[in-house]
Amino acid sequence: MNVSTDALGTTASGGRVSRLAMFQPVMLVWVALAAILVFLIVAPMEELVVSSFQHADTGDFTLENYAAAYSKPRYIQALWNTLKMGAAVVALAIVFAVPLAWAVARTDMPGRGFMRLAMLGSFISPPYLSAIGWILLAGPNAGWINKAWQWVTGDPGRIVNVFTFEGLVFVMASNVFFLIYIFTHSAFEMVNSEMEDSANILGAGPLRTAFKVTFPLILPAILGSAIITFLISIALYGVPALISIPARYPVVVIQLSEFFGNTPIQLEVAAAYSIPLLLITAVLLGLQRLVLRRRTHTTVTGKGGERRIVKLGAWRWVMFAYAMIVALLTLVAPTFVLFVAAFSKVWTRGLEWSNLTFRNFYYIVFEHSTSQQAIVTSLAVGAAAASVAIILALGIAYIVQRRLLPFAGALSFLAMAPFVVPGIVLAIGFFAAYAPPPFALYGGVSILILAFITRFLPVAYTASAAGIRAIHPEMEEAVRSLGGGRLTAVRHVVAPLLKRTLFAGWLLIFIPAAQELSTAIFLIGPKTRLVSVLVLDMSEEGRYEHLAALGCVLLVILALLVWAGFKIAGRDFMLRRDAS
Amino acid sequence: MAGLSLKNLGRRFGTFEAVKDLNLDIAQGEFVSLLGPSGCGKTTTLRMIAGFIDPTAGTIDLDGKILSAPSGSLPPEKRGMSMIFQSYAIWPNMTVFENVAFGLRLRKVPSADIKRQVHDMLNVVRMGELADRYPSELSGGQQQRVALARAVVIKPAVLLLDEPLSNLDANLREEMRFEIRRMHDEFKITTVYVTHDQSEAMVTSNRIAVMNQGRIEQVDEPYKLYSRPKTRFVASFIGRTNFLNGTKTGDTASFEGFQVPLNALAEKAPDGGAVTISLRPQAIRLHRANPAVSGKIALGGRIAERAFLGETWDYQFAARDGGLTLKVAAPPDTVFEVGAEAWVELDPGEMVPIA
Repeated sequence: MNVSTDALGTTASGGRVSRLAMFQPVMLVWVALAAILVFLIVAPMEELVVSSFQHADTGDFTLENYAAAYSKPRYIQALWNTLKMGAAVVALAIVFAVPLAWAVARTDMPGRGFMRLAMLGSFISPPYLSAIGWILLAGPNAGWINKAWQWVTGDPGRIVNVFTFEGLVFVMASNVFFLIYIFTHSAFEMVNSEMEDSANILGAGPLRTAFKVTFPLILPAILGSAIITFLISIALYGVPALISIPARYPVVVIQLSEFFGNTPIQLEVAAAYSIPLLLITAVLLGLQRLVLRRRTHTTVTGKGGERRIVKLGAWRWVMFAYAMIVALLTLVAPTFVLFVAAFSKVWTRGLEWSNLTFRNFYYIVFEHSTSQQAIVTSLAVGAAAASVAIILALGIAYIVQRRLLPFAGALSFLAMAPFVVPGIVLAIGFFAAYAPPPFALYGGVSILILAFITRFLPVAYTASAAGIRAIHPEMEEAVRSLGGGRLTAVRHVVAPLLKRTLFAGWLLIFIPAAQELSTAIFLIGPKTRLVSVLVLDMSEEGRYEHLAALGCVLLVILALLVWAGFKIAGRDFMLRRDAS
Repeated sequence: MAGLSLKNLGRRFGTFEAVKDLNLDIAQGEFVSLLGPSGCGKTTTLRMIAGFIDPTAGTIDLDGKILSAPSGSLPPEKRGMSMIFQSYAIWPNMTVFENVAFGLRLRKVPSADIKRQVHDMLNVVRMGELADRYPSELSGGQQQRVALARAVVIKPAVLLLDEPLSNLDANLREEMRFEIRRMHDEFKITTVYVTHDQSEAMVTSNRIAVMNQGRIEQVDEPYKLYSRPKTRFVASFIGRTNFLNGTKTGDTASFEGFQVPLNALAEKAPDGGAVTISLRPQAIRLHRANPAVSGKIALGGRIAERAFLGETWDYQFAARDGGLTLKVAAPPDTVFEVGAEAWVELDPGEMVPIA
């Protein structure tokens, strides 16, 4: 029988294996990945912290920046306000999300399919567009609700005003609650009916079962997602920029943009001012880890067995009404107003035939070169960031999951690290690291793409790691035993098997990246345009009709892509997000 | 020398020694099984041969060339071996044909040859009709045949099998044992087969290496392993047995209720004052009266328990003098009631002293 060892170029001979034969290209890949991660994560974060201790001109060590950042009472007030706002947002978001999650997962409430769709809409629709919608609806003077009130009652007063603390919290909550919904919904799906049955059979009534069994099982999911929601809301830029300034309610992100808006830019002070945000995030995420670790106990045992649907009887209509009101307030009403404004000559005139026009779209798409450029750039930056992040994350996840090299854990730690960095803080770090020479990246799209890659790397990593975990290592070992190297295994087996997961992960990054504002706001150059930033500019100029048209174009493009994603990656690809 | 040779092989994971000082020579074309309970180090040994795990001590060489050593190892893809996995590891993104052709394509075989070789191989494993199917459309047994074809078609220097049948149901498992044996007889590939199932190992192998706690206890042909176990572990792992403890005085070994001249035992007893023998239940004959055969030992007693297993009766015999109890296997027509008087006939030639 012909032994094919030599045909494969075995170079072993005599007493030891030759170095060349032992070499595997994967080691080079590790070095390259580590270098990329240092560039994307370590350097900006290090630069952020270092520059917060540096004198702006001399570069000497100083504590002046901290003194400046916390010198005025209103700076401290903004920090305190931010925490208050975050807590209120989380409380309201829980009120929105938890009953809905329960009703959709466990009851016979009508309209469950619609609610799933509405949650998807919440994911697609960026917070700043919904904030604009609510400004049009509930603005103190021209807002539709006040107008309608005045028209119906003849009372010249106003009943709602979005430019208040309550308005701010409401708009924030309606944009972030879907995260709590997703986590809680999947926790409800994990709770096996048999667990509740065993409580019932031991003599517990439905109410007692709910409080003693069901609720404790989903509590970690609620707490974990509440922490993430808190962190997202204190770092969100768009909604405060549109609402908290007129509401005279200063928050951290606005204060940061003030430091950045001064000439010369007070980068060092901004860095010092952003450190508390970073610390809060790190501490709370640590807490969330702790909470979610306990959750895994319940989910592991929660598999198998069927889930019984709770029959609500007449109460199903009460639940239905609640769900519809939440959907109306958080998504349908602001989006509807935005579309109406986009088709209006003057948005304040509302729904009238004589007010109907397509002019705004024509203007946005064909005449206004800035918005054309913004749409193309937003989509291109989103696509580039999503693609690079996925490829990078795949490489890291592969090395980590297959334990290819020592210290792979360090790579995964770095890949997940941006999760503790709020987008706006990340932007300051990137500015500090790469705006000055030798990189001098400020002003172009490259710095935006790099920052977005970093921002969404944790999502990409979570998706890739889950995908690779699902592929049995023996699939690749089979390739290797037949004479293919690691890279052959990746190309012919791993990559084809991961296609769908990777596409879903790509969309999960592309959609938020194409609308990202918080990270972009400090990094965008005077000549670069993104839809998110342009929307903010237009709102300052009061051009709501054009702005609405631009927002609608973005929404429609993203919705089409998500629809394509459903066709290709399956119905539930959105819900498979882990801690992202 | 030609063949695979494991010398003083060891593998440590932290403080745990998975494989200890293991020596095994496998001749070219031989089929050897590594048999043992889970955690005995057999899979670690196989994966070291494959190159997926590096040894921490000793070497592995093939035809005199070193493949693995603590100083460094040749990666699996450069060893010219192939492996069959417990999970089959059939790539679901490729058809049966593409799966089997993969190794040949890596070897840059001309495509006309690939086509012919793959089809020939698929016919050998009786999968010729299903070449265009995807793995999700195949049963477990069919997938295992594809795995077999895929591993054998490249004519590997060594074929490695890691519990390949443990995911199949009992009937299919029996059929596949013979399939694997047939493939070996046809292609004469040096084969190492890992299993915890003794009958699988016995059907397929030329020799079996019984492993326990990281060491090889005994390497022998299946029949020798059964009839002449060297250690207590081997005697109890391969089939069922009775252990009898005795003491040596001069040329005689004394057990509870009887004595045997040492030179009448199946093997030379190890040194020392104590002796333990293994006596298979099948080697004991049951009688209603004292058989009184010269050179054999007869003991009187009664039946303590019994169970009917279909192919045999499983009796528990309690001797009248002393507390000796013996497991005895008897053909279905040898019927004794529980409590009945009986005699057992023991053949010293079947008594194997063990270490």
